[in-house]
Amino acid sequence: MPVVNMVQALNSALREEMRRDPRIIVLGEDVGRRGGVFLVTEGLIEEFGPERVIDTPLTEAGIVGVATGMAMYGLKPVAEIQFIDFIYEAFDQIVTNLSKIRRRTGGMYSAPLIVRGPCCGGVKGGMFHSQSNESYFIHTAGLIVVMPSRPYDAKGLLKASIRGEDPVIFLEPKILYRTVKEEIPDGDYIVPIGESRIVKEGSDATIVTWGAMVYQALETSKLVESKHGWSIEIIDLRTLFPYDKDSIIESLEKTGRLVIVHEAPKTLGLGAEIAAYIAENYIELLKAPIIRVAGFDTPFPLVHEKLYMPNIARIYMGLSKVMSY
Amino acid sequence: MGSIFKKYSLEDLGFNVEEALGLYRVIDEDGNVVGEEPKVSGEKLLEMYVFMVRARILDDWILKLQRIGKVAIHAPNKGQEAVAVGAASALDKGDWLFPSYRELGAYLVRGLSEEEILDRAIADADDPLKGAEFAIYGNREYNVVPAPVPVGSHIPLAVGAAMAAKIMGHKTVVMAIFGDGATSRGDFHSGLNFAGVFKAPAVFVIQNNQYAISLHVTRQTAAKTLALKGAAYGVPGVRVDGNDVLAVFSVASKAVEKARNGGGPTLIEALTYRVGPHTTADDPGRYRSQEEAKAFEKLDPIDRYRKYLINRGLLSDSEDKRIWGEWGLKIEDIVKKCYNKPPLPAEVIFYNVYSKPTWNLIEQMGELRESLKLLEELGLEVE
Repeated sequence: MPVVNMVQALNSALREEMRRDPRIIVLGEDVGRRGGVFLVTEGLIEEFGPERVIDTPLTEAGIVGVATGMAMYGLKPVAEIQFIDFIYEAFDQIVTNLSKIRRRTGGMYSAPLIVRGPCCGGVKGGMFHSQSNESYFIHTAGLIVVMPSRPYDAKGLLKASIRGEDPVIFLEPKILYRTVKEEIPDGDYIVPIGESRIVKEGSDATIVTWGAMVYQALETSKLVESKHGWSIEIIDLRTLFPYDKDSIIESLEKTGRLVIVHEAPKTLGLGAEIAAYIAENYIELLKAPIIRVAGFDTPFPLVHEKLYMPNIARIYMGLSKVMSY
Repeated sequence: MGSIFKKYSLEDLGFNVEEALGLYRVIDEDGNVVGEEPKVSGEKLLEMYVFMVRARILDDWILKLQRIGKVAIHAPNKGQEAVAVGAASALDKGDWLFPSYRELGAYLVRGLSEEEILDRAIADADDPLKGAEFAIYGNREYNVVPAPVPVGSHIPLAVGAAMAAKIMGHKTVVMAIFGDGATSRGDFHSGLNFAGVFKAPAVFVIQNNQYAISLHVTRQTAAKTLALKGAAYGVPGVRVDGNDVLAVFSVASKAVEKARNGGGPTLIEALTYRVGPHTTADDPGRYRSQEEAKAFEKLDPIDRYRKYLINRGLLSDSEDKRIWGEWGLKIEDIVKKCYNKPPLPAEVIFYNVYSKPTWNLIEQMGELRESLKLLEELGLEVE
């Protein structure tokens, strides 16, 4: 079992899938000779050639629109958005076409393609290289939204996404690209869409989180365990939509306390939806109000980003609220 | 090199395929005059040289500061000073500039000081943009609008400002500068289309440095030149040697004058070369040869202009040394000063989101303060 980082895991998923299925192609800005700015597509043009690894002109609307047409015709494109913050030029294509092709055409056409790219903060990227914008896509019916937090999931989820029948927005926390390494199985495996992972079992409170915040939650759980003896369960959603509601409910049956942690701005973040769903349907499970610890409702800052994003202190504050209620 | 350097007159910047396909030039690589020199004073000519020198020195310092972690990221300007300085020098004080992120020379020409540019690069306590974003510069006092990082999205804004000036009866001209990559975006199309239809007093300067990160301009478009693209919008396109500051200045001046007199917009393609990486996060060795970059270093716009000024008797070797030496020391002092300035306070996260902070922001500011207190109590540092 090789030890790999997330970039290598994603690269091997693409390489293996492209070997398996000649319909799979990669397109985006600088994905060819440059290998992508984070090198996720490194070496692919050498193996598969410029017909299947396409360096595109600089236009996200073009990339996603063209990829949608390719998918409708029969290819399986994996489109890279260089930074997910640049996706808005393609937003019209995503909302108007990609997400609605199946519905609009009475199911006659579909566009199963992957739009993947680096997201989220922590690398001093400022307001245009740090965004966590998953809510826009979760709010758009017809899209699957995925965010892995470790190399194993990155590879397995990308393979599952490529083999799926629906368009997937695949969000990769860039801070984790090279900071997390682990052993992953050699060769083929998938991580199913829609299944969360229990990162750590616990009995006093549940943290539901995803992406790089999984590690902040873990760190905080150790702190409160040693300080107060609180036992925290941590769920990594992995698939943000359709999210694994059953795993949250099962956990709440045990803990009765819910803290949702995400990097995206608080207002109308996915945490709001999860909190509303639980309050609507499972309020009797709760011993305390649901608490969200999230990015502030501001553009992502260049300075003090570690104070903007949920950190150990803010997650601790959230846990204290549910534990002392 | 011969045939593309066609001589033509700038009399009426009209539709002219020759202009969009040719390359307007005033001085060649050796500083010899091969075109029509702009009719401006020797003082103005020397001033443009000094701006280019200042931009080069400043660029070098920001690069150094980035390498030691004091600046988040930098898009090197080296080799492209003639476009920024030549184009911005064509504007009047009241005109507006929407630059991109590789135009240090233009910011200096407009009046921004080295100190505020460095405050911005470092995002220190005096940063006029309050730590909003990296690699963008501007100041309302000088009508320089800080750029959006996603390239080309400022083009329609520039057109809107130009249309507003026209509607309000002002004589203001608005210039937008962007790269070759930006011409592929929908915003370029929308902006130029509006500008053409509404005869906006706008000047578009494409800083064609031939690379959008790794993609060469010949893969960016199948059009023979970028200047040709203007034709589809009814906007005259002119192609100019972007390493010849006098050529850029002449063409830009003509376009600004035309726009100011109700003649509508012009698209200028300034052909230059990105000698360095796209940004400090890039590695050009992955996609182009070192020989290619070395060949273009020989076309350095500052060297070329120096030769011209010396030929004209406007500059001597000793005077040149004095300029580099003086500005080198001056800027070094400013770097030292900015290096030691305190950081911005954490509350800047909440600045300028709305005209007045909304209730959620006030709540969250409280959460931030509480978290800072808790971090102190716990003896933890997250930054």
